[in-house]
Amino acid sequence: MAGGTGGREAITMVSHDAHAHAAPQGFIRKYIFSLDHKVIGLQYFFLALVAVFTGMFLSLLMRIHLVWPNASIPLLGEIKPETYLSLLTMHGTIMVFFVLTTAPQGGFGNYFLPIQIGAPDMAFPVLNMLSFWTTFLGFVVLVAAFFVTGGAPLHGWTGYAPLSALPSAGPGEGLGADLWIISIAIFCIGALMGALNFITTTLDMRAKGMTLMRMPLTCWAWFITAILGLLAFGVLLSAGILLLMDRNLGTSFFVPLGTVNGVLTGHKGGSPLLWQHLFWFFGHPEVYIAILPAMGLCSQLLSVFSRKPIFGYKAMVYAIMAIGFLGFMVWGHHMFMSSMSPYSAFAFSIMTMGIGVPSAIKTFNWLGTLWRGRIRFSSPMLFAIGFVSLFVVGGISGPFLAQPVLDIYLHETYFVIAHFHLIMGVASIFGIFAATYYWFPKMFGRMMNETLAKTHFWLTFVGAYAIFMPMHYYGMAAGLRRYSQGTEVAWINALAPIQKFISIAAFITIAGQFIFLINLFWSMKKGEKAADNPWEATTLEWTTATPPPHDNFGGVTPVVYTGPYEYSVPGAPKDYVMQTDAPVTAKH
Amino acid sequence: MGLVLLVVIWLITLIGSYFIIAKTWWLPVGASAAAAGIDHHFTVSYILMGGVFILAQLALGWFAWKYRDRGAASQVAAHYSHGNTKLEVVWTILTVILFVGLNLASEPIWSSERLHGASPGAVQVEVTAMQFAWYFRYAGPDGKFGATKPELEDASLGGAGALGLDSNDPASKDDVISGIMVVPVNREIEVILRSHDVIHSFFVPAMRFKQDAVPGLAIHMHFTPIQTGDYEIACAELCGLGHYKMHGIVKVVSDQEFSQWLAAREAEKQ
Repeated sequence: MAGGTGGREAITMVSHDAHAHAAPQGFIRKYIFSLDHKVIGLQYFFLALVAVFTGMFLSLLMRIHLVWPNASIPLLGEIKPETYLSLLTMHGTIMVFFVLTTAPQGGFGNYFLPIQIGAPDMAFPVLNMLSFWTTFLGFVVLVAAFFVTGGAPLHGWTGYAPLSALPSAGPGEGLGADLWIISIAIFCIGALMGALNFITTTLDMRAKGMTLMRMPLTCWAWFITAILGLLAFGVLLSAGILLLMDRNLGTSFFVPLGTVNGVLTGHKGGSPLLWQHLFWFFGHPEVYIAILPAMGLCSQLLSVFSRKPIFGYKAMVYAIMAIGFLGFMVWGHHMFMSSMSPYSAFAFSIMTMGIGVPSAIKTFNWLGTLWRGRIRFSSPMLFAIGFVSLFVVGGISGPFLAQPVLDIYLHETYFVIAHFHLIMGVASIFGIFAATYYWFPKMFGRMMNETLAKTHFWLTFVGAYAIFMPMHYYGMAAGLRRYSQGTEVAWINALAPIQKFISIAAFITIAGQFIFLINLFWSMKKGEKAADNPWEATTLEWTTATPPPHDNFGGVTPVVYTGPYEYSVPGAPKDYVMQTDAPVTAKH
Repeated sequence: MGLVLLVVIWLITLIGSYFIIAKTWWLPVGASAAAAGIDHHFTVSYILMGGVFILAQLALGWFAWKYRDRGAASQVAAHYSHGNTKLEVVWTILTVILFVGLNLASEPIWSSERLHGASPGAVQVEVTAMQFAWYFRYAGPDGKFGATKPELEDASLGGAGALGLDSNDPASKDDVISGIMVVPVNREIEVILRSHDVIHSFFVPAMRFKQDAVPGLAIHMHFTPIQTGDYEIACAELCGLGHYKMHGIVKVVSDQEFSQWLAAREAEKQ
């Protein structure tokens, strides 16, 4: 059976004219308040680029402070312990929301989902524009928290109440904390609008012949991610509003009777665990919101550059669905030590281990795709292979933390930091890099410099391991996270050499990211002109002009005849069959 | 490029695994009854997960080299295949067995730690967390903890004042309050965890013991120290600017020393 080439021929017939709009002329309508999903995609991409360098700068300050606490930073001076906590709060919030959620979905998803399914634009162009500008506003409000009295909040990106609910609980918990919550609430609204748009577009805007089971795995990933977003961000938005009410209107959703520094807080009857339940009901699916698009993309790239069909297309689709579905039943594994019922801990643990199954299926299938391929090591492929390696190492620590018995010891140690940075942070970032190197020619009409790209890959790949591998050891020796200094506790103090090694590795890796930045902007102006299909790939974005015209296909509506991964088909004239090519009969 | 990938991925795997196998940085020596079981489960998990990690990375590096594009000279085309359902089913079932089995194997430890309460004869210690200190309270000869009231809490007073102990409650008269946690060896300790302000977490690595202290709740937990000595406590939940300084000591002594210490503290109160 040729996976992906069969399936129903009946397709959703939609009048695409309803979504078509004339190409705008003025600068503002063309580049600022654009309705074109490609421009909006680029806006998201550049927002994420600013955010990722901001977040990385904050981590640089943290790494300096951890090893040289008395170092005086130019313009900023010495970093105080409470400033360190503000830095980690803002680093986490910026990276999770404005990088890992923004770039893969808002950026590349916006640009390429409509093109890959053969649509002229997103289903709701105005909503699309609004969702970007809402997200942008959220970022501005978040960064503003640094500049208000008391500075940015110190309660961590998870914002556990009552610390996040009581202005008296610490510096930064005043106006800074309010801005932090408002920023997240604004972000949620933008994300909800985006999610609706992605779901509708996928269901209603596919070209003739583009059945669901002929969609590239990238589209499947964006589609499922959008569903997760729709279900998760609404809950976080509500939780944020409740927290704002606790802080400003005297309600007590999350704050019980208690004192801070011997002064009664004026609250009673609230539940700190309620915040954790609401937060992690969003927070765990959020991990998949960050990683699923990278999974989809890397599946795609492994197939393109191995010149082989993806191994087990259907299994990959079902695995994405299973991960998304199970992702909503495991939030309690963040709360094993919270005093939640130990019986429910057991249930959450089993469900969490269950997620390991579709994740393992994906890993097997990635390896199966490489197996007996003819691998071309272009820069997008290097990042895709790097992604698989990082996904494995980040994934394998999951079953430790998912078992309450081991979590008793590991919870809140650097082992957790190593785990989620590798799988949710670095692996996803590798997806973003792979996407940039892969789609840059289509987006900007020029190729990126391969030598710089490969240098960037090696520095980042080895660097990521050098930074995060030792964090496992630090955590195994009970080194605790969110400690501005390890000097006060003997066993943590003994681990100082590890921190020093990590900091030095981080400095080198951070420096390496400027190679990417230089390559990006240099190639936009000076890169070699790109052909329409430089990677000899099969999906629809490579059938159209480079860069694509305003309506994506220049007045033509593409017709799809085959699945997305028809490489090295025996008897075919080339080693790839475009999705728009008339079907060939394949023999096995 | 395939060869470089193979070498780098294999080297990373080798170096990464070495420090785990050599236990260069590892859990401290266990000093509680639960430690042996937890440590054993760590070892089992490491062997199984480490095996998967090493195999997957070795395969990744190997495939990258073995199946590299050998240029126009090579006539070998990539293998046209959409997968293998039988293989998919096999590894799905194997993964289910591995993950669920691992989880079930740890269930007895979790039950004894968390599903069952402390036995009736356990030594009760109330542990109270506040920004950024730990207080330990013993019920005294009457076996009853005196009442505490939030409106009486004043950290600057230390001891009874910091806890907001109500001196009008007769049960409070013989309560002993300490800045370090002294417990007898080989006796079960029932910990009653409280917090005044924000969430803290009581973490003693040597005891393999961790539990959040949540304001508004009195959380009952238990552990049994099996070795005398001083063991550090650290706060394991972000609680504010002094989080990194919020540490303390569990002093495990013989039963006799414990009784003497408690009696001496009682005597000081008279």
